[in-house]
Amino acid sequence: MSAQAAGSDAPSGLLAREEAKALADRVLRLSAADQTRVYITSEWHGNTRFADAGITTSGGTSDTEVTVTATVGRRRASATTNVLDEEALTRTVDLAGRLARLSPEDPELMPELGPQTYTAVEAFIRRTEQLDGDARAAAVGRVVEAAVETGKPAGSIFVAGYLEARARTIAVATSAGLFAYHRTTDAELSVTARTPDGTGSGWASAGSRDWGAVDAAALGRVAAQKAVASRQPQPLAPGEYTAVLEPQAVNDLVPLLAGALSARAADEGRSAFSRAGGGTRVGERVVDERVTLYSDPADRSLRGAPFDSEGVPITRTAWIEKGVLRHLSYTRFWAQKQGRQPTGAPLLGGLTLAGGTGSTEELIAGCARGVLVTHFFYIRSLDPRTVLQTGLTRDGVFLIEKGKIVRPLKNFRWNESPLLMLNRLEEIGRPEPTAAGRMMPALRIRGFNFTSLSDAV
Amino acid sequence: MGSRRDFIKTTLGGAASLAAIGRLPIDATAQTPSAPAADAAALDLAMEALDASRAAGASYADVRIGRYRTQTITARERQVSGVSDNESYGIGIRTLVDGCWGFAATSAMTRPAVQAAAREAAALSRAARTVFKRRVELAPVTPVTGTWMTPVRRDPFDISIEEKIALLLAANEAALKVKGVRFVTSGVSQRREIKTLVTSEGTNVTQTLIKVGPSFTATAVGDRDFQSYEEELAPRGDGWEYVDSLDLPGNAERWASLAAEKLVAKPVEAGQWDLILEPTNLWLTLHESIGHPTELDRAVGQEANFAGTSFIAPPEKMIGQLRYGPDFMNVQADRTQEGSLSRVAWDDEGVPADQWLIVERGLFKDYQTTREQAAWIAGLTGVKRSHGCSFAESWNAVQFQRMPNISLLPGGRDIGVDDIVADTTRGILVRHSGSWSIDHQRYNFQFSGQAFYEIRNGRIAGMLRDVAYQSNTPVFWNSMNLMGGQRSYWLGGAFDDGKGEPPQSNSVSHGCVPARFRNVTILNTGRTA
Repeated sequence: MSAQAAGSDAPSGLLAREEAKALADRVLRLSAADQTRVYITSEWHGNTRFADAGITTSGGTSDTEVTVTATVGRRRASATTNVLDEEALTRTVDLAGRLARLSPEDPELMPELGPQTYTAVEAFIRRTEQLDGDARAAAVGRVVEAAVETGKPAGSIFVAGYLEARARTIAVATSAGLFAYHRTTDAELSVTARTPDGTGSGWASAGSRDWGAVDAAALGRVAAQKAVASRQPQPLAPGEYTAVLEPQAVNDLVPLLAGALSARAADEGRSAFSRAGGGTRVGERVVDERVTLYSDPADRSLRGAPFDSEGVPITRTAWIEKGVLRHLSYTRFWAQKQGRQPTGAPLLGGLTLAGGTGSTEELIAGCARGVLVTHFFYIRSLDPRTVLQTGLTRDGVFLIEKGKIVRPLKNFRWNESPLLMLNRLEEIGRPEPTAAGRMMPALRIRGFNFTSLSDAV
Repeated sequence: MGSRRDFIKTTLGGAASLAAIGRLPIDATAQTPSAPAADAAALDLAMEALDASRAAGASYADVRIGRYRTQTITARERQVSGVSDNESYGIGIRTLVDGCWGFAATSAMTRPAVQAAAREAAALSRAARTVFKRRVELAPVTPVTGTWMTPVRRDPFDISIEEKIALLLAANEAALKVKGVRFVTSGVSQRREIKTLVTSEGTNVTQTLIKVGPSFTATAVGDRDFQSYEEELAPRGDGWEYVDSLDLPGNAERWASLAAEKLVAKPVEAGQWDLILEPTNLWLTLHESIGHPTELDRAVGQEANFAGTSFIAPPEKMIGQLRYGPDFMNVQADRTQEGSLSRVAWDDEGVPADQWLIVERGLFKDYQTTREQAAWIAGLTGVKRSHGCSFAESWNAVQFQRMPNISLLPGGRDIGVDDIVADTTRGILVRHSGSWSIDHQRYNFQFSGQAFYEIRNGRIAGMLRDVAYQSNTPVFWNSMNLMGGQRSYWLGGAFDDGKGEPPQSNSVSHGCVPARFRNVTILNTGRTA
């Protein structure tokens, strides 16, 4: 089944399949280039921010954008506009053509794709698209009420957060006869609770294609529980400790491996997956043998994109299987050069880290002594050779002793690599939804490198 | 560094006094006579939106119509890797109903669509009343009419693509001459924002803002290792003449040779070191450790869920009391500075550009504010006006408090980095910005750089690698014991500083002088297991 058949009428404000096709055809007809590609996004976005238990801003936007990529001989360039009248479309098509003619020949240029077959993905959920200002305000009310009630032991708790809903349709068309259409929705709600004495902070977040899968009141309760429990944190001397990373913390760290999965960078000796002396590490065991990392747009827990902006089909790819590096990501050019199939970028098809069955609570219960981490903040790359990152813990760090949480700890800065860390795996939990298109488990890691203390709460 | 320093001298125009740095005279009625005005049809739509907002119950409304153009060209080794041109046009309407904000935006520039967006904004204002705590009160501003444009000699959009491509390929070719250098990427981005603001109070201004941002990175590959070097080519609110002044083709070989040199540099010995930061590195540290914590919305918790709060809170315990650094430390906020990225004539609420001190003689003095925020601290600072820090990244984003240019003012002794090196017995010199990370209250930070040098007995003793410095904001700034003067002042900056939910990007510049910091923790980041 093709993606084209997956869409019925799109809701008002977004381009339906037929409308996107008509717009793409209009643009293709205007182009005098040898080859032309049209990429169309049509998006509605509604958001509500809150702080100090009140809504601070609330907004709604809608926009439709057309990117024209023109190819003349082996020269290629793009131009984008969101003005859709004949004059602006003509100007944009002409600009793309003119920029292409001015560009030097691209030795890596690949011809535009013709018709493709795509995985069927139903990622458009009506109740997400219907999350209007009133519905969002009501949800924020539930979050605030639950957090304030749960936070009472600490006094008048400060609650802040963000709720957004997006609905989007995407189309790719080429002069070689390709037309692809996909539509998707995302909802995300996050909440921070802070205690009035300024010493405790908690956070919780959930995201899904389906707003119905997000429990607003539960997030308010969890954030407030963590805030209350994290009051008066004590310092633990920086060093290497066993760490239990909650799924949201894993979600902050493990997807950074995607950047290292580029086949080209690995082949060229510029990646953690380059083999010393040449070639790549595909086929080698690179992490603990329990670990599998895969993308799969058709997986109902991911509902990823079935194609990328060039129209390349995205299908299930196991990047790492039982600890062994199986696949790297290939652009069309590099795939052709190396005799492989192009994959699209690793995150487009969603990302799941799998390998275990336990809950976060079970990973804590199995920990003799360690540090429990709610989530991370301000992560930056330190060294691409090892995928080494630095960052901080945030909104709830706790000491675990004999399988129980015994006291709150001050935040840490850490320097750690998701790749090296997955070689020091004690236990891996079951994948849980952390954001739209992401399934991440809790992990228990030996020797997590906490390097200094932070005074931040 | 020769060309860069020359450029700074030009920018500063030999200004002798601190207050004279790039000060732009503001005239609230007639700004740049040659700056484009809003087209009549767009202005009609804006007025339509104001009327519809009032009819829907708004006590205040502002309307921004923006046309944003971005062009980016990138080159990899001997080929162009990307040419793209982006245009975005639309209208954003913000309303106050019963003291609650609402915002709606659309790219459909028709009367019915604009009226519908105005009604939606008012509806969102009303929806917000159900979860409501503090009524929005706006600081007064005198309504203003005018136009303004970034002064440029050569508009980057008037430069041919051929010229831009030739420049990048010439730079890459020069870099590839260096032994061991296998990969080179260079690029140039340029932006033009034409935005019209009309408010229900009578403001009607149109501004054209122009910015350019070049980039250059070389990667050298050794037998078992690779190292990259990124030259610090600050983006600026300036014309193509700035890109020309950097002479990419003439400097690229020297820049690329640093990537190769890093392959054989000595790994740093972790521990406590005296640290000399060039302005090309210090600007980012200042941005993160002074720029962000002095945002008033962070201090009161409005950014708690994402960007974080601030250690400079609550305001009543901090203003005039927090010792940020030594008494020779002065930090100035300024939206008027020549060549800077956040230079405007008016902010996105129609407030005239301002210049004020954030830190005076080492003491924290004032925050960054918008019209909504000014009254929150007016009793503490005596400042009733907004400092003019309202900004939205596009027509489709709501304006909120964003960072103005914030700069470390030069010291009284007009010395340069060479004098600071000569005065240092054992230390590390860091050039250009590298990895950066700081906690959500802006205490604990860790920064890297692009090139590091060991200093022994007043001289550079060789190159180091894998260096990062880690500290705590108040401890760090209070350990500053020597700083450069006017002649070593340099304007760095960031094209895309993120904040808010949904995240918005802001461009901001930071002027700096080199400075020395006592006993800073140095890490070796070359971890392999």
